[in-house]
Order: sequence, then C-alpha cells, then structure tokens
Amino acid sequence: MSADMNLKIKVWRQKNNKASGSFETYPVVANEHMSFLEMLDVLNEGLINQKKEPIAFEHDCREGICGTCSMVINGQPHGPSSGTTTCQLHMRHFKDGDIIVVEPYRASAFPVLKDLAVDRSAFDRIIQAGGYISVNAGQAPDGNAIPIEKGRAGQSFEAAACIGCGACVAACPNGSAMLFTSAKIAHLGHLPQGEVESNKRPQAMVAQMDKEGFGMCSNIGACEAECPKEIKLENIAFMNRSYLKAVFSGEEV
Amino acid sequence: MSLNSKIPSGALAEKWTKYKSTMPIVAPNNKRKLEVIVVGTGLAGAAAASSLGELGYSVKCFTFHDSPRRAHSIAAQGGINAAKNYANDGDSVYRLFYDTIKGGDYRAREANVHRLAECSVDIIDQCVAQGVPFAREYGGLLENRSFGGVQVSRTFYARGQTGQQLLIGAYQSLSRQIALGTVQMYNRHEMLELVKVDGKARGIIARNLLTGELERHAAHAVVLATGGYGNVFYLSTNAMMCNVTAAWKSVKKGALMANPCFTQIHPTCIPVSGEYQSKLTLMSESLRNDGRVWVPKKKEDAQAIQQGKLKGVNIKEEDRDYFLERRYPAFGNLVPRDVASRAAKVECDKGHGVSPTGLAVFLDFSDAMYRYGKTEANKKGMTGLSDAQIVALGEEVVSAKYGNLFEMYEKITGENPYKEPMKIYPAVHYTMGGVWVDYNLETNVPGLFALGECNFSDHGANRLGASALMQGLADGYFVIPYTIGTFLANEISTPKIKNDLPEFIEAEKATKALIDKLLNIKGNQSVESFHRRLGKIMWEYCGMARNEAGLVKGRQMIRELRAEYYRDVFVPGSNDEYNPELEKAIRVADLLEHGELMMVDALNRNESCGGHFREESVTDDGEAMRKDDEFAYVAAWEWNETEPILHKEPLVFENVELKTRSYK
Amino acid sequence: MKWIITFFSSSIGKKLLMSLTGLFLILFLVVHLIGNLQLLKDDGGEAFNTYAYMMTHNPLIKIVAYGNYFFIILHAFVGISIALYNKGAKGQKYAVSNSNKTTWASKNMALLGTLILAFILIHMGDFWFKMKFTDELGMKSYEGFPEVRDLYTRVSTAFSQLWIVVVYLIGMMVLSFHLWHGFQSAFQTLGLNHKKYTPLIKSVGKAYAILIPLGFAVIPIWYFLFKTM
Repeated sequence: MSADMNLKIKVWRQKNNKASGSFETYPVVANEHMSFLEMLDVLNEGLINQKKEPIAFEHDCREGICGTCSMVINGQPHGPSSGTTTCQLHMRHFKDGDIIVVEPYRASAFPVLKDLAVDRSAFDRIIQAGGYISVNAGQAPDGNAIPIEKGRAGQSFEAAACIGCGACVAACPNGSAMLFTSAKIAHLGHLPQGEVESNKRPQAMVAQMDKEGFGMCSNIGACEAECPKEIKLENIAFMNRSYLKAVFSGEEV
Repeated sequence: MSLNSKIPSGALAEKWTKYKSTMPIVAPNNKRKLEVIVVGTGLAGAAAASSLGELGYSVKCFTFHDSPRRAHSIAAQGGINAAKNYANDGDSVYRLFYDTIKGGDYRAREANVHRLAECSVDIIDQCVAQGVPFAREYGGLLENRSFGGVQVSRTFYARGQTGQQLLIGAYQSLSRQIALGTVQMYNRHEMLELVKVDGKARGIIARNLLTGELERHAAHAVVLATGGYGNVFYLSTNAMMCNVTAAWKSVKKGALMANPCFTQIHPTCIPVSGEYQSKLTLMSESLRNDGRVWVPKKKEDAQAIQQGKLKGVNIKEEDRDYFLERRYPAFGNLVPRDVASRAAKVECDKGHGVSPTGLAVFLDFSDAMYRYGKTEANKKGMTGLSDAQIVALGEEVVSAKYGNLFEMYEKITGENPYKEPMKIYPAVHYTMGGVWVDYNLETNVPGLFALGECNFSDHGANRLGASALMQGLADGYFVIPYTIGTFLANEISTPKIKNDLPEFIEAEKATKALIDKLLNIKGNQSVESFHRRLGKIMWEYCGMARNEAGLVKGRQMIRELRAEYYRDVFVPGSNDEYNPELEKAIRVADLLEHGELMMVDALNRNESCGGHFREESVTDDGEAMRKDDEFAYVAAWEWNETEPILHKEPLVFENVELKTRSYK
Repeated sequence: MKWIITFFSSSIGKKLLMSLTGLFLILFLVVHLIGNLQLLKDDGGEAFNTYAYMMTHNPLIKIVAYGNYFFIILHAFVGISIALYNKGAKGQKYAVSNSNKTTWASKNMALLGTLILAFILIHMGDFWFKMKFTDELGMKSYEGFPEVRDLYTRVSTAFSQLWIVVVYLIGMMVLSFHLWHGFQSAFQTLGLNHKKYTPLIKSVGKAYAILIPLGFAVIPIWYFLFKTM
C-alpha cells in the first residue's frame, strides 16, 4: 500500500561527553507510516545486525507527553511539523530520496552525552530552586475552598502543559531557557495557591537559570515557534513582570 | 508459607481510621536516622519519596530516566476518580469502593479498596493545593465528568493530560524535598538487584546508566514504585522503558508475584501498521460515547478493504455488523473494556478485520455527526439543509468534543477520521497483577514495600478508568507514610546500614556477572528481535483469550526463547558507557521469565474474570464465567525456574455480594 | 544594596537595561527627527542652525544630551556583552539551520546594533564633532541669537556627495531593521505582553520602524536630488 522510501540519514555521532563528534551518513529504507523514531529503530536494527554500535537517542512514551525525545531534524527541534514531538512525527512528512540531518540539541547548558542524547538536568535544578508550592501531604484545605476563575485556571494550564523537553533551549540562538522557566513561573503564578510564594519563586528560579549558563532571551520567538506544546511568549513577559515586582517590592531572597 | 494480609479488624468503614490512630509510629528525631530507598518516580514513587521526606526520613530516590518527571504516569489521559460528591449525584466513599470492587470482578481485597476510596478525597485537595490546574466551572469550582462503568460524575481532569498534571505536581513536591536535602535524587540509575540482610530488605544495587558503574545503596527499608509489566507484550500503550526488572529481581529474592495474568486490554487503540511498530497509542475511552463499532458483514467486503480496494464508507448500511450493539443491546458500544476488546478480536479472527493486517475494526462517527448536525440545525433554526450540510454542522460538534483525539489520530495514521471511519484495535494497557503486598503495602519480604501499578492490590481482575492515578497517589501520599512506620518503628535502634556488608558485595558481584554474561554471548540476534518474539507469543497465547493448550504451548515457547536468548543475543558496546542496548538486554531477560510466570498463572486460573478470559470457562452464549467457589483467591507465586510455587490468599467478601456482570 | 548588584547582573536585569535604554533612544529618535525636519525648510538654514544652537546651549537639553550619550554607550555595551555571553551559551551551532519561523532582524540585533554604532560615530564625526571641536564650520548670525555655527551648510555640502548619502541610507535601513524587532521587544522585556494590547504595540512598532528611518532618509535624498543640482 505504501511505497518504500529510500532515505539518507546524516546523523551526529559522538562517543561520549569528552570525545569530539562528527557526522555519519547511513542509508535507510522507511515507509510513510513509521514514526521518525521507528525509522531510527530500523536504522539501529540494521547497525546492530552489522555488529556496529547503534545510534544513541533518548525516547520513552512515544506519545508526545514525556518530553524525553530530543533531537534536531533538519535544523528544527522535533522536526518540521509544528506542535509535534519527534516521537509523533511521521515519515510521511519526508519524501523518497531525502537526506535528513539529525543533530543533538545544541546549548552549553545541555552537554552532549552520546550521539543524540544530551544532559538536561539543569531543568530539574531550576524547578528545585523554586518551581513548586510548599505544601506537605495532608495539609491541604478542601479542593473547592478557593474558587479559581476559569480563565485564570486556563492560563495556568496552558503554561503547565510544558513537557520539559528542552526544545525551546535547542531552538533559541541564545541557548536561553526562559520559555521553560517562565512556563513554570506562570503555571504557579496564575493560581491563588501559587501567589503566596510569588516573591521567592521568580527570584530563585531566575538565579538558578542564570547559574546554569543558559543564555539571555532577546525575544526572537524561536522557542515559541518550535515548542511542541505551543507554550506562548506571554509567559516570558509574565516572568519578567513577576521578577521585577519581586525584586523591587519584595524581600531579598 | 501462609500469607497474612494483616487487614485490621473492625467494620469496613472504620478499619483505616482506627488502624491509623493505633499503629506504631516513629518519633521525628528517629526519622532522621532512618533511611528509605524509593525506586521509581511516577505518581506512587514521587508522592512517596516527597511525603516520606516531608516526614523527616532520609530518602534516597531512584529513577532510570534523565529526570523524575518522565515517568509513564505522565501519559494518563482521562482523569482521576474521587468520592467528593461535588456533583451532588449521590456519590460516596462506599459507592466508589463498590464500583471498584465490582469493576475488578471481585478479585480485589475489600479493605484495601475501601481505603483507596477514602483517600481519594484527600488526593484532590492535595493536588489542588500543589497547583494542579484541574478543569473548572465558570463559578471557579472544580468540574467533574463521568467515566466508563459507573453511574456518577466523579472524575476530575485536566483536559486530556490529567496524568501529566498530577505527575508534575508530585514531581514539584519531590523537587522541593530534594532542595531541602531530605531526598537525595539519583537520576539515570536503574535498580538491578535487591539486597537482603538477615531476611530484611536493606538496599539495592543500582547501575549508573551513564558510566555503567554498579553502586551499592543501603537503607532501612526499600519501597518499589516501578510500574507495570505491560511491555512483556512488546506492543502496548506503555512507554518504551517500562519493565518488570525491579519487581522481578525482588521476586527472585523471595517476594511473591500476585495474579500476574491479570492484564488490561484497552479496546480503542490505533492499530498496528507494520512490523517496525514500536508502540501503540491509546485513543480515549470517551470516544465510545459517540462512535459506533462495526465490521463488514461479508467476508469478501472485509478482504477488499484489507487489500485497499474498498473503503469503509462504501459499505452499505445493511452490510455492516455493529457487533457490540448486536451482542450487548443494553450497553451497546459502552460495554466495559475487557468485553469490547474480546468482541473485536472475535470478529477479526473470523476474518472481518478492516486493516491491511486484518486486525482492526471501525469506530464510526458518521451517525453521531449526522445526529449532532440535526440538533445543531434545529437549534439555529436552519431548515432545508442537505445531508452534507447537516454532517458538516455535526462535524463541528464532534470536533469540539474530540478535536484533539481526532487530530492525534490523523497525525499518526495520515487518515482523516471525519471523512473515513477510524480504525481501532485492542492493545495492552495496564497490568492489575503485581508484587504481592499486605494491607501495609509490605511484601512478604520484611522491609520491602510495593506501591502503585507495581503491586497487585486494588484493581482485582480489571481496572476501571481513572482509577490508576487514584491508586498511585493514594499509596504514595496517604498510605505509605503511615504504614511504613509499622516496619520502621522496630528499626529505630538499628544503626545505619553499611553498604560494604557481604550481602551487598555478593549482590554486586552477581549483577556484574549477569551483565558480563549478556555482553559476552555475542550472538547474532538483537535484543529487540527477542523482545518482539516474546511479545508475539504472549499476545497469541496469553492475550485476550486463553486456553489450556495454548498456555502450555506458550510457556514452552518462552522457555525455548529464553534459552535461545542466552545463546544468541547480541549486545553491542560495553558496560562502562551509556549503553541503552545493554539496559534493554537486562530488562528483556527478566521479561522472558516473568512472561512464563504469566502463562503459569493463567493456566492455573481456570475461570474467566475481568481481563482474564479462559475459553474453557464460558457461559452457554459464550460470555465470561467466573468461578467464585474455586478461584476467589489471590494467586501469589514464588518463582523458580522449574516449577513456580503457588500460595493462595483467600479473598473474603463481607460487605459486597458477588454477582455476575451482565451487559446484555 | 547587594540586591541592586544582584539584579543588574541577572539576565532579566540586563534585559531591563536594554529595554529601558532602548525605549529612551526610541524617544530620542523622534525629537531628533523633528529637529532634522528643519532642514527641509527653504529658509537658507535659519531654522536648522538656530535649532542646533539651542540643542548645544540649553542647559536642560545639555543634561539630557549627556544622558543620551550615556544611554547609547550603555545600550551598546550591555548589548554587546549579552551577545557575546549568548554566543558562549549556545556553544556549537547547527550544521543545518532552519529559521523561517523567526525574523532575520531578531537574530541579528547585535550585528545591526554594531553597524548603528559605527554609523553614529561617522555621523557625529561628520557634524557634531566638527561643530563642537573644529573651526571648519563658518558662522552665521540670526536675529535674537548670538553668532551661531553654520551646520546647515555643512549638511548640504555633505549630502551633495553620493557616497555619504549612500552611507546614510544604509544606516537608516539598518536602523529600521533594528527597530523592527527592538520596539516590541522592549515592551515584552518589561513584561508588557497582553492579548489586548500587544497587537497594537506590534503594529505601532512596525510603523515606527519604517516611518522614523524613512523620515531621516528623506533629508539626504532631498538634498542630493534638489540642492545639489
């Protein structure tokens, strides 16, 4: 039913964090129903059968929600379809004879571990700095004790949809993590429960973000364009606002 | 071995409250000195690690992911049940308890399930306080919807991403404890062995997945929250890395595996498109509210569709077999998951399937679109519309309800479900079976606890929608923080466990030996190819319908496959590097044993209940027949390679009457 | 006071500096253009020369002018340091770049800014420096003013040379690109992004980015075409 596609995959190979890498090109026969990762599976299966080392790439849920898959396909994190993670990108977006260039995320704060896998632990540390509401299990009042306006809850949800994949950093020519950081600040900041810590949270999270060595936002918008969950730039404005308010009117943290 | 479930005495509704206020607890100054290992950071693991940290225990938490936020709880779509009765529709803790017991086909413990229903209420409060953005009404209060198998609206949700939002909530709590230093987080570490000292669980051997280094981690107790084993079928809705290793290593160290044959097969998944397929994608159960399931009546029509010569839309109404509506007129397309799945299989086995592989049925929205279109036209006072115009109006309604699901379907299949009926097929989704635990969630190995999907305790033979999230969080936030005290209260004078005890050294050596063994086979077949073959055997002989001959054959095939695995698998690379193939090799080795145990359990349970359907145990009209007099027990297995040993825990029902489920 | 240092060394603090100095310079451009439009008056330069005199002698304007120099330098200095830092933060570049979803200007603000800085140096060297620190300009006297320097003649001489006109036109094009991104960006950095107002800010910004440089560009063209003949 579906014709085979003969593709060439030009992929970044790097043994480990310390080694220097280079591109290798491999032929692969795919079909249009495969996901991009399944195409890589087929390529890897072929490499293993030749007793060669398969291409290391990270992946898990393969349904676009865990945020594990991370690669740059022809210059775009998660490839050409907008609002789509690599695992849900299907080969019908490519055509027979294509040469597809696959690279790891590039940012100094995301060092390459091996081939296409990078270290995104900086994101965890940003959350640890303040991306939470301080409430212990068992302390909570009734869920309906504080009504939350539907629109506000919606804004919060849209920011909370971030899957922490790091495509924003990968897409940003400055290697900035402001879309990620701001999504968490906005997710919690839009809610009355989160307001309590609205002084500490932005200051602590921004400080950690800077410390990790991410670049500074210059409002290019590549992050928003490439975000598989379509997180908006408004969140960065929200973060800037929250941060300025906290710095100029709140306690020092 | 006699299994003591340690269910507290007293009336069902008071057991937990009374037990909580009388159980032994550990004083704050002693908690600091006690170390707890939590393996896994899904809903159960992250909730447990953070709650134990909040209490003051010294927690070490492990995940094989690059971040705790990636655990597969994140993929749950629909929602989470709670007996809040916000909808004022007569819901109560008892009703949630009853629905869960009945939905599980009377193969779960009453006391555990009742406690789950009690905790459900607190979960919602806790999650709201953490900032989980649940759906809300215009008045700002929480919104509910209804889900399969129940008559009330008790499901809380955050669009189609409830699991994600709940997990992020738990992850944030965990992150806070990491920052406070009560939890030490080990990302990219996989548990490969349980360490027992003097019969008690005292630590684990974990492999650093970046360096390959084996690390010995000691603690006073070990908590497993490592999820289910659906990936034994290779193709499932589970994430690629889901596996049974942590649980299985514990089983090999003496823990019991309970009811492993209870697997849930979800009827509405996107069908397999080819041999390369790596995973299956679930389409929410809610689709069956409006979609009608059918296959062509004539086999030649089905064949023409399979060959791509004919399309579903071209089949005339009278040539369509709406088999769920035909067989189950009372519930129609809304029969429970297990029933719908089996019915689809029956039609496909008869040759009426509608995909190139013959393994798919139609889920058709054209009637719904026409119906909604008419209502819409009436609402707007439009008359004299053509059928096409009416359908176009209906499309908008359907899109508002299911737009994101339709979009996902189109993304994956490349077909437009508004114009052609969807194709769906059942897929493995959840495993009710798991490590045997008592009421304290403690396994038969003292000091070893199991939470969430990893244990067997709450869903019986079939899980209701929106209950998995509930169980994971209840176990993590509200059960283990109390019940772990029953074990640790006796450990307050036990000094810090040292990781250079001979037991640790021994366990590390054994793990190293296993890794070396796998690396040195240097055979000719990839790990993936073995896993795929295992999945096919499981699906064929231990899937939606099982029978004695098949199970015996399947078991034998797995044993042979396992032998072949250790003869001919090829694992590239070395141990001392980031090596995903080696990780897989270790996991598949365990699945190859666990799969056999599933066959053994399925063979033993000669009744049909919930997700387990034995062709020998059916009513005259071919429906599932439970045998309460013979099989109202938990089958807890002690593993050994030659013949696993069965331990039975009888299930006593004091509060509900055992009835036959009927959907006719 | 530690918090001030912490703030200005933070990413958002630096961005705020860029935004505020940028907005000030945006305002300055308007004032500057209004002044320059005096050049289009056919009065032999009286309006322009007296305007120039006022700009260099009114104490209040002088203070603002020094502020202006300072902000230009600050904007340039912080901007360049951010660009250098970001280059390091990005590290290795992609072998294939695909950037059709973003504007060219937004990704080349530092380059554009450096070109503008170069232009400002040429521009000031040509007029301001020569007026303030050399005797190359003649003197003129107008009613109600002491003797003033004849900047007008200097301008018309300069704009009679094609290459200078071309330099100015390029300068204005570069400025236009810089403003195309910079205008809205300054508001975003301040945290002003709202569904209701942002579309307006964006439209005003784009109009501004076209009209202001165009206004400046008209002068050399007009002089070259009509005054030189």
